Amino acid sequence: MKLKATLAGLATVLAITSAPAVAASRDTISIVGSSTVYPFSTTVAERFGKGGKFATPKVESTGTGGGMKLFCAGVGTEHADMTGASRRMKKSEFDTCQANGVKDIVEMKIGFDGIVVANSAKGAAYQLSLKDIFLALAKDVPNADGTALIPNPNKTWKDVNPALPADKIEVLGPPPTSGTRDAFNELAMEGGCAKIPMIKAMKDTDKKKFEAVCRGIREDGHYIEAGENDNLIVQKLDANPKALGIFGYSFLDQNRGKVQGSIVDGVEPTFDNIASGEYPVSRSMYVYTKKAHIGVIPGITEYLAEFASEKAWGDEGYLTDKGLIPMPKADRQAVAKSVKALTLLNGSAL
Amino acid sequence: MSNTTEQVRKSLKARYRSEKRFRAFGISAVAFGLLAVVVLFTDIISKGTSAFVETYIQLDIHWDPAELGIDDPTDPEQVNYADYDALIKAALRERFPDVEDRLERRALYQLASSGAGFRLRDQLQENPDLLGTIQTRWILADDDVDMFIKADAEDRQNTRLPEVARPWVEALERDGHTDIQWNASFFSKGDSREPEQAGVWAAVTGSFFTMLVTLALAFPIGVAAAVYLEEFAPKNRYTDFIEVNINNLAAVPSIIFGLLGLAIFINLFGLPRSVPLVGGLVLTLMTLPTIIISARAAIKSVPPSIREAALGMGASRMQMVMHHVLPLAMPGMLTGAIIGMAQALGETAPLLMIGMVAFIVDIPGGPLDASTVLPVQIYLWADSPEASFVALTSAAIMVLLAFLISMNTLAVLLRKRLERRW
Repeated sequence: MKLKATLAGLATVLAITSAPAVAASRDTISIVGSSTVYPFSTTVAERFGKGGKFATPKVESTGTGGGMKLFCAGVGTEHADMTGASRRMKKSEFDTCQANGVKDIVEMKIGFDGIVVANSAKGAAYQLSLKDIFLALAKDVPNADGTALIPNPNKTWKDVNPALPADKIEVLGPPPTSGTRDAFNELAMEGGCAKIPMIKAMKDTDKKKFEAVCRGIREDGHYIEAGENDNLIVQKLDANPKALGIFGYSFLDQNRGKVQGSIVDGVEPTFDNIASGEYPVSRSMYVYTKKAHIGVIPGITEYLAEFASEKAWGDEGYLTDKGLIPMPKADRQAVAKSVKALTLLNGSAL
Repeated sequence: MSNTTEQVRKSLKARYRSEKRFRAFGISAVAFGLLAVVVLFTDIISKGTSAFVETYIQLDIHWDPAELGIDDPTDPEQVNYADYDALIKAALRERFPDVEDRLERRALYQLASSGAGFRLRDQLQENPDLLGTIQTRWILADDDVDMFIKADAEDRQNTRLPEVARPWVEALERDGHTDIQWNASFFSKGDSREPEQAGVWAAVTGSFFTMLVTLALAFPIGVAAAVYLEEFAPKNRYTDFIEVNINNLAAVPSIIFGLLGLAIFINLFGLPRSVPLVGGLVLTLMTLPTIIISARAAIKSVPPSIREAALGMGASRMQMVMHHVLPLAMPGMLTGAIIGMAQALGETAPLLMIGMVAFIVDIPGGPLDASTVLPVQIYLWADSPEASFVALTSAAIMVLLAFLISMNTLAVLLRKRLERRW
């Protein structure tokens, strides 16, 4: 008897726990994507929720690539409504989306983020060129007379450029899985190696090799992968004044007094210099939305409108306090207009 | 005197020495462990205590209907959407009339937390008579002001508070218009991007619902499995195989259970992402082996004479288990369950895969609302750029440790109280 009762009890528990789940429809917006966009999408989400009309959207920090995978998995309440990206959607990701039925995608560029090379505020600020960065961190560099590639022999910054101090090269940076690392490789490393005639010549003859050489980061202990946690890098720089670190501008902005940004190609990583595009290592950030979910999940258009309002992403908006570098006004207006009209992303433009 | 005694005597000194050495090793191992714990705790407590209090600034708030944009105070819509920040801005302008430059004004407005307006709204909703009066109110300060006020005199140079705002804050402090008060919202609110408004309550309730699901499933299933394997199952190749598998499962890295949960509960059964129900199911899988193993040990420790006596008096095997073995083994099973639950309470890795690592502001109302858990909240705060989150991270760790310590104490007490020795 007792066993029967227990079994019946177990069955009820299972029925109770699983029944409402199947029927549950979602009334909160679900956002996934880049950890770089996360501080901004969460700030907007919080303000949006405090408005009182809609529930506060749920924001997951999954990384740009992970977010695209979840976003493109299909249409329906079990899939995410939006994804943040610290680079533009790739053609391959767009094709995956199309194949899974996510046909209509609205793209919104939200602003810029700078990548800074910083050291402890206790030392002197570094003055680097992109070429210095490449020569200090690349796996292979040209030999003295520029005829062949050799494994990077540079041990101190003085070896790279006689104007720099004779301190050991020690750079803490993100691991290869990070979007920050992708952008750093593309903007800083590739920008620096294009300044070297021998490698530049390679670009025309063997593009694949050019990219491999430019984006290869040394693995002999001078570049230290410090994990995805930028706060950790800031703390380590504070403890080790001789080391340099690579992270997003918002962390530099929030930790002034502790760390200082290096001057790259003569440009300081300041708000104005990144906004004007003068600072060479900066990237655009995007938010992608599924059009099919508008009207199914309440509040999506209102959330986009809040994001694209002057009080959020404007020159003095609350997102700038969180480290967002706004686009020029004309661009903001153009993007806001196209988002309002729900203009679809065109796959051939990617 | 024989030769042997001579030899023993000679080696005696060396044997004493080696024992002393061994004891010294033991003591130093214990001391090292204790030292690590002390260092960890002092670090967390010294960093975290400041997060339990927060800075307020005193301002004279004029509840001006014109400034608020309210012409009909009986209309709840209007009261809800009125511009309460404008009141704070006006009060700050009143307090510092010399600040006229546009950028400086902007810095001035940022002395107050962006959430302070919402508290004024709540006050007006509670007491509509406030409209039109002038009242002295403590307004929640921005986290930069908070860090500045809490810092020692020599550390103030390094805080993030802008240069121009420092004289204002110092003036407020001189006049006694700043105060450090108990941070009640830390224990009643959900996550926030503004450190001064962030709280752990959403994470605590999320942890509660997750643990509830885990306990409701893992304990009965674990005990049933253990009873069957110990009391009813025949000893053969298949049960041996099951036993080896259970022991192996206890050592599987927890992220694997997360992947399993993603594949089965979310992709196959279509349960929603980020909900405590799925979190609880995944943690059930993770804690089951621990519970089964400890429950089996508890059942094994019941002397066979009790079983034989029960059977001898004519009880069926079912009655023997239900009436005698289970009650006697219960304290041991409970201890195992509590330790398994404490382990589950501290897990983040499996929850990463099922979307519980997320920014959640609203307090979850049940196991089907999106939520996060305490260790995930700690992880998210540790990853935030704002410097004030360092203190909040440590404070949240203290909350988590308090839960863990009380659960483990409960396990010890239960064992002490209910355990029977033969």
